[in-house]
Amino acid sequence: MKLAYWMYAGPAHIGTLRVASSFKNIHSIMHAPLGDDYFNVMRSMFERERDFTPVTASIVDRHVLARGSQEKVIENINRKDQQEKPDLILLTPTCTSSILQENLQNFVEKATETTQSDILLADVNHYHVNEFQAADRTLEQIVIFYLKKITKFKEMKKSIKPSINIIGIFTLGFHHQHDCREIYRLLKDLGIGINLVIPEGCKVTDLVKIPEAWLNIVPYREIGLMVAKYLEDSFLMPYVEIAPMGLMNIASWIRNICIKMRLKINYEKYIDKQTRFISQAAWFSHSIDCQNLTEKRVLVFGDATHSAAITRILVREMGIHVCCSGTYCSHDADWFREQVQGFCDQVLITEDHTQVGSKIAELEPTAIFGTQMERHVGKRLDIPCGVISAPIHIQNFPLSYRPFFGYEGANQIADLVYNSFTLGMEDHLLEIFGEYDNPIIPSKELSTDFTWTLEAQNEIIKIPRFIRNKVKKNVEKFVKLKNISIISVETIYQAKEYSND
Amino acid sequence: MLKFECETGNYHTFCPISCVSWLYQKISDSFFLVIGTKTCGYFLQNALGVMIFAEPRYAMAELEEGDISAQLHDFNELKRLCLQIKQDRNPSVIVWIGTCTTEIIKIDLEGMAPKIEEIVEIPIIVARANGLDYAFTQGEDTVLAAMVNRCPFPKEKTPSLVLFGSLPDPVVHQLIIELKKQEIHVSGWLPENCYKQLPELGPSVYVCGINPFLSRTATTLMRRRKCQLIGAPFPIGPDGTSAWIKKICHVFGKVPKNLDERENIIWESLKDYIDLVKGKSVFFMGDNLLEISLARFLIRCKMIVYEIGIPYMDKRFQAGELQLLEKTCKDMNVPLPCIVEKPDNWNQIQRIRALKPDLVITGLAHSNPLQARGITTKWSVEFTFAQIHGFTNARDILELVTRPLRRNRNLKDSGWPSVMIKI
Repeated sequence: MKLAYWMYAGPAHIGTLRVASSFKNIHSIMHAPLGDDYFNVMRSMFERERDFTPVTASIVDRHVLARGSQEKVIENINRKDQQEKPDLILLTPTCTSSILQENLQNFVEKATETTQSDILLADVNHYHVNEFQAADRTLEQIVIFYLKKITKFKEMKKSIKPSINIIGIFTLGFHHQHDCREIYRLLKDLGIGINLVIPEGCKVTDLVKIPEAWLNIVPYREIGLMVAKYLEDSFLMPYVEIAPMGLMNIASWIRNICIKMRLKINYEKYIDKQTRFISQAAWFSHSIDCQNLTEKRVLVFGDATHSAAITRILVREMGIHVCCSGTYCSHDADWFREQVQGFCDQVLITEDHTQVGSKIAELEPTAIFGTQMERHVGKRLDIPCGVISAPIHIQNFPLSYRPFFGYEGANQIADLVYNSFTLGMEDHLLEIFGEYDNPIIPSKELSTDFTWTLEAQNEIIKIPRFIRNKVKKNVEKFVKLKNISIISVETIYQAKEYSND
Repeated sequence: MLKFECETGNYHTFCPISCVSWLYQKISDSFFLVIGTKTCGYFLQNALGVMIFAEPRYAMAELEEGDISAQLHDFNELKRLCLQIKQDRNPSVIVWIGTCTTEIIKIDLEGMAPKIEEIVEIPIIVARANGLDYAFTQGEDTVLAAMVNRCPFPKEKTPSLVLFGSLPDPVVHQLIIELKKQEIHVSGWLPENCYKQLPELGPSVYVCGINPFLSRTATTLMRRRKCQLIGAPFPIGPDGTSAWIKKICHVFGKVPKNLDERENIIWESLKDYIDLVKGKSVFFMGDNLLEISLARFLIRCKMIVYEIGIPYMDKRFQAGELQLLEKTCKDMNVPLPCIVEKPDNWNQIQRIRALKPDLVITGLAHSNPLQARGITTKWSVEFTFAQIHGFTNARDILELVTRPLRRNRNLKDSGWPSVMIKI
């Protein structure tokens, strides 16, 4: 058992349901107790979805516990088949049902005899995998199921014009809809068509067209890589797994796509024009305004894709110092380390939010780029935070166009980063004239182990709020070292000279 | 006669472990430990929203594979976690919430609690608030029923009154004052603000519930403590409050004073809202067991109720409420609504399509899709979190009920009819 208050990644069935409800005309039946269909609430609220979420539960209650589901699951499958006429019904076990060890596969086989729809049992282990891994696996399972139906593989033709499949746009994904539109725009500029977007809005009956594309792209590595690898092995389709987030990543994404598709287009000219003139992000970093960002220290935390990409943007494209970069995708830790190596002082791989919180308190960065949880830690410690990754909240489903991908995404990220810091001029004014907030120091801010003279207290208020705590800590460290009992103004300056920091 | 039906039970509601969210706030020295899986944790973390960031006094004891396959020793694991909780928070009571998983793998929580309690030196209460047996608000029922056994016995044998059901402090005070006006003294409340102040319970104690979902607690009070249950309608709406007070007065041999006048004044003050809802139809899909009382109040407000969906119907505990519902329908000259126990949401949506009610009271899973189809909805869970009890809060119920209707009125000139999808 583990004492837990919060988790970054949801349980496995959430991943499975996200995949299933992203497809068109799939219905999921959860084998679950009453109340486990909370997914429907999330989808209806966060996505402001206008349609009923195609998920129902075949309720596991006392009777089921005593006698087994018997005909109940099959009846529910048959009913849904007649009511909704879906192409596929996905029977989804939950953590509760999986320990019942009922033979759900048997129900699936029995129901298949009487339904029009295809029926599949989601093959995920609730105690081994999290939301992302389960989604990855379920997507692969569905794709394989429909591609197995192709018998005459050799007769499959590629599209005449170059085209690709986008794998990994999901419901309840962090800015997925906006990112998808941005990818679409980029590809259109390059003259590349889209064969299929999988799974969002895709019909399972269209999946047989997957091999017609020249290439697969997997923008978010958390979900979709398994499918891409399967397609490479079975259909010799190459794939690109770079997230086009940040100007440099976009460039290598475009280069990779064009090379792997053997396109004879001058993409370098396109990249150059977009980077220097169409997008504002590169110019913005060089503009005088951004000088204040020089070596500001930040901490980055999120899923592997976003955290790695944002770290690289901050360091390479905005000249910001990343003191710590981390992810909760511990199953993908090696890839993450490799990506951020050399771009940050330390790497943090953890699924425990308290560890991230302590790290933030210890390092006291000027700003945080993290998830909703880090935003709240930031609030408590008075450190600004930009949200760059799931776990999501209703605020992360903006109505306006907010991609993280592509050239427009680069603009958005630049805005997000810049707005997270206290604005440059304000910063200076605060330094010169001191703080304009309430000059009374709350007692909890000053440690009781030391006596601060009144002058010293007044001096410390003049230090801008976001670095005040750090200065205080340094001073206290210094007096401890030197065995000074009363902290005066002079001590503060001595400490500053001593630590030179 | 009221008509009762029972459907398939394929309906959406919250898991009963959600009771943690209001109970840990009510009982200020408690700590709730939910022994379950990631699924339970994910539900709580999303359902509780921002509360989660305020270091709540609840946590998950997350079961891992070793726990499921009995490779780890439950007893040692729970002992370890409880010692940690004691060290970090030092609560006056730890409430273990059993979940579906602990039921299925048969962890003997009731057996282990007394032993671990001795080691940790903090009382441990076990409540099985799982989705196999219960819906949403019934979670509170299981916790309060378990708490009954921890209440002290009364020293004196004079009759006293204890009310049960968790309510926010202001509402508790309002109801106490209301009874005080009738010279009735409330000697205790289950739960109180602190675990250490649990009320005295014994054969001389009259008990009365304030919420319709507390039938297990009522049973436990009667069977285990031989308390005398006052069966009354629930103090929701001015009609319910008045009937509730009257019943208590009757038991204590008091003639109600100025009660009808008080009720009439409240009705008078609701006039502007009643004009808004008058003649409008309501459909309760059913998810929190407050449905009968709310429907009864809304019928008195001149609304027409088509269907009352409800997760579970205890006809004995709700007898007073059902009688009042019947009487109200007769008084208002409207047909009796159909009460559907364990509803089937899919069937209900077909009925909603046919009936086109003016208002559907339902959970968030169906609200937006129905809104998009031009059906006005009110989110049912708000009734569980809002203050709806007593004379004082009758207006708040109508505030909630009329909000979507007022919104429709304010948006009616926008030029695009609410229908986005043809029903």
